[in-house]
This record gives sequence, C-alpha cells and structure tokens, in this order.
Amino acid sequence: MSFLPFAVVAWVLIAGLYGIVTSRHLVHQIVCLIVVQSSTYVLLLAVGYRTGAVAPYFSDVPVHTPAVDPVVQALALTDVVVEAAVTALLLAFAVQAHKRFGTLDPHELVQIKG
Amino acid sequence: MTERWRRGVFLAGAAVLAAFILWGLAGLPGFGRYPGPYGDIINRIAVAQTNATGVVSAVNFEYRGFDTMGEEFILFAAAAGVATVLRHLRGEDKVSTRQEALDRVAPPASDALRVVALAFTGPAIVLGWWLATHAQTSPSGGFQGGVLLTTAFVLVYLAGQVLLFRRASPEDLTDIAEAVGAGGFAAVGVTALFLGLPFLSNYLPLGAVAGAVSSSGTIALISFLVGIEVGAAFLLIIGELMDQALLVREGR
Repeated sequence: MSFLPFAVVAWVLIAGLYGIVTSRHLVHQIVCLIVVQSSTYVLLLAVGYRTGAVAPYFSDVPVHTPAVDPVVQALALTDVVVEAAVTALLLAFAVQAHKRFGTLDPHELVQIKG
Repeated sequence: MTERWRRGVFLAGAAVLAAFILWGLAGLPGFGRYPGPYGDIINRIAVAQTNATGVVSAVNFEYRGFDTMGEEFILFAAAAGVATVLRHLRGEDKVSTRQEALDRVAPPASDALRVVALAFTGPAIVLGWWLATHAQTSPSGGFQGGVLLTTAFVLVYLAGQVLLFRRASPEDLTDIAEAVGAGGFAAVGVTALFLGLPFLSNYLPLGAVAGAVSSSGTIALISFLVGIEVGAAFLLIIGELMDQALLVREGR
C-alpha cells in the first residue's frame, strides 16, 4: 500500500500525456496539460507526508509535535495559482487560434500551417 | 503520420517513460516515511525565528521568498500575456452580439441563481480578505485569498450584472492594483537592501506574541500584497476573456 500514491503519480502523468497526444480539441488538450501538472502535486505531497503527523501549523500544538514537510506544501500552493493563470494564457491562445483559423482541431491547425 | 501510428509511437514511449518513473519512485522512502531533515528543521525553528505559527506561509514568504517572487512574476507575465494575446486586432469591432440578433433576447439570470450568487458575494469578500491578511497564523495566504476575492466579483457577474462587474472592477484600477501587488513584493525586498540587510530580509517588528495578527513582520505584509496581485491578475484575465464574448470578427 505504501507505493500506491507514487503509482498514482505515474498513472496521472501518463494518462495526461496520452490525452495531449490523442486530443482532437485544443481546449481538451489544455485540460490534459493540467492533468499532467496535477501529478506533480500528488508527488510533492506524497514525498512530504509522514504517517500520524500533524499539519505544519503550530497555533494550537507545541512546536515539537511531529509535522509533515512544509516546504513541499508551499511549492504546491503557489503552483496551483500560477498554473491557473498559465492555463488562462493558453486558453487565450486557443481563442485566437479559433478566430484566425476557424478550428480548434490540432490536426487541422497543422495542415493550415502547411 | 496516421492516428494509429501516432498512438503506437506514444504508447511505446510512454511504456519506457513509465518504467523509468516507477523505477525512480521506487527508490524513494515509502509513503508516510518522510526522512527529513529540511522540513523538520524549518518546523522546529520557524516559529521562533519569524513568530509565524503557519510554517507554510513562513516558507513561502520568508525562507523561499525569493522563489515566490519569481512565481508571482510568472502570474504577472501570464496576465499580461492574456491581455496582449486577446487585444483588439485590426478588423475586430466591439459589437454586442445582441445587435447581431435583435430578434433574440438573452434570457436573464434566474432568481435562484441571483439570490445565491449575491448572498455569497459578501462572505467571499470577507473570507478572501481574511485569508490574505492571516497568512502568519493559519493555512491561508495571499494566493488563496486573492483567488477568493476574484470569486466575489465573478459571483456578481454570474448574477447577471455584467455592467456592475465592469463598474466594480474598472480596468485602470485593476491594472494599478496588479502593479502595486507585484511591485510591492519587490519593493519590500529592496527596502531591506537600503536598510543594509540581505534582499527580502524580515526587517519589520515580529510582534510580541507568535501567531498574533500583528506578528511575523514582512510575512504578513508580503502575503497581503500577493493577495492584491493575485486578485487583480485574475480579475484582469476574466475581464479579458469576457470581452471576447462581445467581439465579433468583421466579415464572418
């Protein structure tokens, strides 16, 4: 059981990549990229987890209580927000691609480019 | 390349990739057996050093404040990118879709949606503000707080008040708020230099009681500035994407 979270990481990563490769719609492809990125959150949080430990907040528990790693949590936290903004940028590109070429199918977009 | 070939090549590559990833992950200490030492060291010293009881915030805005500043500027660049990519191009007129279809009237937002959306607007603002200003004590901080502040404006939009959304978030004001948030973070860091300290040093008084609202010095200040920046950036992005609904391409 202790390997399950790491197996989930690999599974989410590969599933997202599969979606990117086989996608026929740019918006769907962007969502698949988010799936790929989500695997890093699972990995970060799994790496820092410690069985039975508390969250790294010491408002109501003494400082020496065993706690999980705060560094990976900080990494995941900022990344979630930044990812949302970057996704918006990608969606903006999709909007312009549709305006210009009238399609969101990546295969057709490649053909238009020649 | 045909669809089938494409898939075949990917599956072969993915199998190799998966094998390497799993091999690498198998070498990690098992799940739930975090070996340390960095997280443990920070957990032990952060409260005494910064007077912030929320160690995640202390890491974000103090120990790796420099990295967080970089991440904040990614956000800033992404918002600027959205505004640039979606700028009004030549040949595009701002024409309301309603003018294109005068005989069709868009159905107004239902009463149920309006009541729920407007009932949640106030709490969203309060909770967002609380999150942005309490990074030092609780699992919060400017990143989540800013997103929640934006949610309040989106709720106004959902209630069918597009014009009110626009009036409540004028573009000039949003731009200024974003600049103040992003620039303020850097300014806090540079101020430390002028005081003869390393960049982003915590030079404000840490407060007497750990975990009090007034504690943790620059951690609370930076978190608040990040909240402003994140809220303004997402307002800008959502406003830009909404504008697209009003744009129709000439000659189509």
